[in-house]
Amino acid sequence: MEKTTDGFRFLEHTADAKFQAYGRTLEEAFANAALAVASLMWDPAEIERNLDHPVDIRGRDLEQLLVRFLGEIIYVFETRRFLAAGVDDLTIDREDGGFRLRAVFRGDDKPEKYVVFGEVKAVTYNEMGIDTGPPVTIQVVVDI
Amino acid sequence: MKWGSIRAHPSPSRWSSTSERMLMELLKKSDFIWEIPKQGDMRVPATLYASARLLESVRKDKTLEQARNVACLPGIQRMSYVMPDGHQGYGFPIGGVAAFDMEEGIISPGGVGYDINCGVRLLRSDFTEQDIDRKRKELLTEIFKEVPAGVGKGGITKLSKSVLKDILTRGAEWAVDNGYGTPDDLLMTEENGRMKNAAAGHISDRALERGIPQLGTLGAGNHFLEIQKVAEIYDPELARAFGIAARGQVMVMIHCGSRGLGHQVASDYIELMENTFGTKGLPDRELINAPVRSPLGRQYYESMCAAVNYAFANRQMIAHWVRDVFAKVMGSARGMRQVYDVCHNVAKIEKHVIDGKARDLCVHRKGATRSFGPGRGEIPEAYRSKGQPVIIPGSMGTASYVLAGTAAAEELSFGSTAHGAGRLMSRHEALRRFRGEQIRDELRKKGIELQSTSWKGVAEEASAAYKDVDEVVRVSHEIGIGRLVARVVPVAVMKG
Repeated sequence: MEKTTDGFRFLEHTADAKFQAYGRTLEEAFANAALAVASLMWDPAEIERNLDHPVDIRGRDLEQLLVRFLGEIIYVFETRRFLAAGVDDLTIDREDGGFRLRAVFRGDDKPEKYVVFGEVKAVTYNEMGIDTGPPVTIQVVVDI
Repeated sequence: MKWGSIRAHPSPSRWSSTSERMLMELLKKSDFIWEIPKQGDMRVPATLYASARLLESVRKDKTLEQARNVACLPGIQRMSYVMPDGHQGYGFPIGGVAAFDMEEGIISPGGVGYDINCGVRLLRSDFTEQDIDRKRKELLTEIFKEVPAGVGKGGITKLSKSVLKDILTRGAEWAVDNGYGTPDDLLMTEENGRMKNAAAGHISDRALERGIPQLGTLGAGNHFLEIQKVAEIYDPELARAFGIAARGQVMVMIHCGSRGLGHQVASDYIELMENTFGTKGLPDRELINAPVRSPLGRQYYESMCAAVNYAFANRQMIAHWVRDVFAKVMGSARGMRQVYDVCHNVAKIEKHVIDGKARDLCVHRKGATRSFGPGRGEIPEAYRSKGQPVIIPGSMGTASYVLAGTAAAEELSFGSTAHGAGRLMSRHEALRRFRGEQIRDELRKKGIELQSTSWKGVAEEASAAYKDVDEVVRVSHEIGIGRLVARVVPVAVMKG
């Protein structure tokens, strides 16, 4: 157990990165999980929040919703060079066949201005847990 | 409660990975062979190849549990294997080898891994360590300029989607046709650098978008490019056949994979299979799979082949730039032929003998290297009487090995052996203990130059965070799933 910040905490994992993210609500915990993933690649606190990237994602269950949502951070970085520094206006709704998440990533698309020190290959279902609480606890292992 | 009624999610106390680990019966069959007997839902036993020392670390994580889970999958043949560098993965263990029946069996993205066709290419040369001694730093600096590395570093070309699809279809062949390397390189690449069943049309737009900026890049994590010298030759005859002549000979090793494109293909098919087959009854969601003969199973296989081809093209381009740098700095790329290029995250349809009959099987190697012995038609003609070269990269700054495939491996591991050192320590622990600059200084004292885009990345990849690769290859050799040929050590390391 180490590297505690307010909304998430990294746990020991031999090959990859495992973390827990917390929140009073599911939305808050999802947003904190996004920050945990971003913090493996850059320091979110250093990134200017001068651009928005809207996110609209569906999942057949909460786990898939989470995998797709966190995967979006990797995707927008690799394809749009967008470094997410924070998540705003995150809502999760039930709908037919699962869930829908809407949010806005705030950040910058000039990676050369910052230190990008890590790579996250993929978000996995390995050891994933979502305790809907309250309070909410989410556990994720990402492949790095 | 808004979410409480939706799903019964277990509470965090039950997620703990260590406290509840089930005690697994493990039979010692010999000094290096351990078996989990068939029990419960297992369709076959599981076999682990390890020395007592390697076993110790394996027992601390979920490797054995994962090997047992694989043994429960439909159509699995003979055994669920774990190679000597095995450790906990997702769904399947890293170092896992499993073969499935083509009618009853399955194919699983988790049995291949996210980095599809992560692999290793080895070039030999006619240079000696003395030849390059004073140029080492310059070579490394120039390679660093030529080969894009590190996180978010774009490739050289702005590709169109149609060119990318051509690359996915033709792999290293595309690269050679476009001036990267020679047709001889293709002969010395697994699958001749092109898996024929690739169907680029199945690849999602997201995967294509991730593939476009990253072609020809090394990437980060444990990927590296090393200028090495031969430190020891164990089998002179096999070494000669592989182009390895003497101690001090300069070699180049390239370790990388299919980048974001491959990662996205894996994620896409995990999701598609979940949506088609559901996740009920799976002990681990990463074990999601499809019948190998089902439309979705075939589609994954053809998509995986396309990602494999991307990685072949990637290593082909990088090898070409390395030769360019040698030509520029040394005046020529003297004798820089390719020894071989191996995949260590892949699924393939191969013939193996089951109960005395040769049958097609879908062989998954996740963090395992093919190790075919003499006579197999899949290996280059030049090596067919010897067995294929097996390239096992060590961790950053440590030795790597060249082995030869064996006939025995076909019976012991569906023709497979280890793929590397295998991690021992978490990246966080490594970061706490080591500093990148300090590692660079220590390597320099040993005569090894190191350049990286990230000192943090260097600290994470400290060799002390890995298992002892010497022990891993020794066990492979003792069991007979790979025959020791030569040991190579780095003189200059480029880490992404």
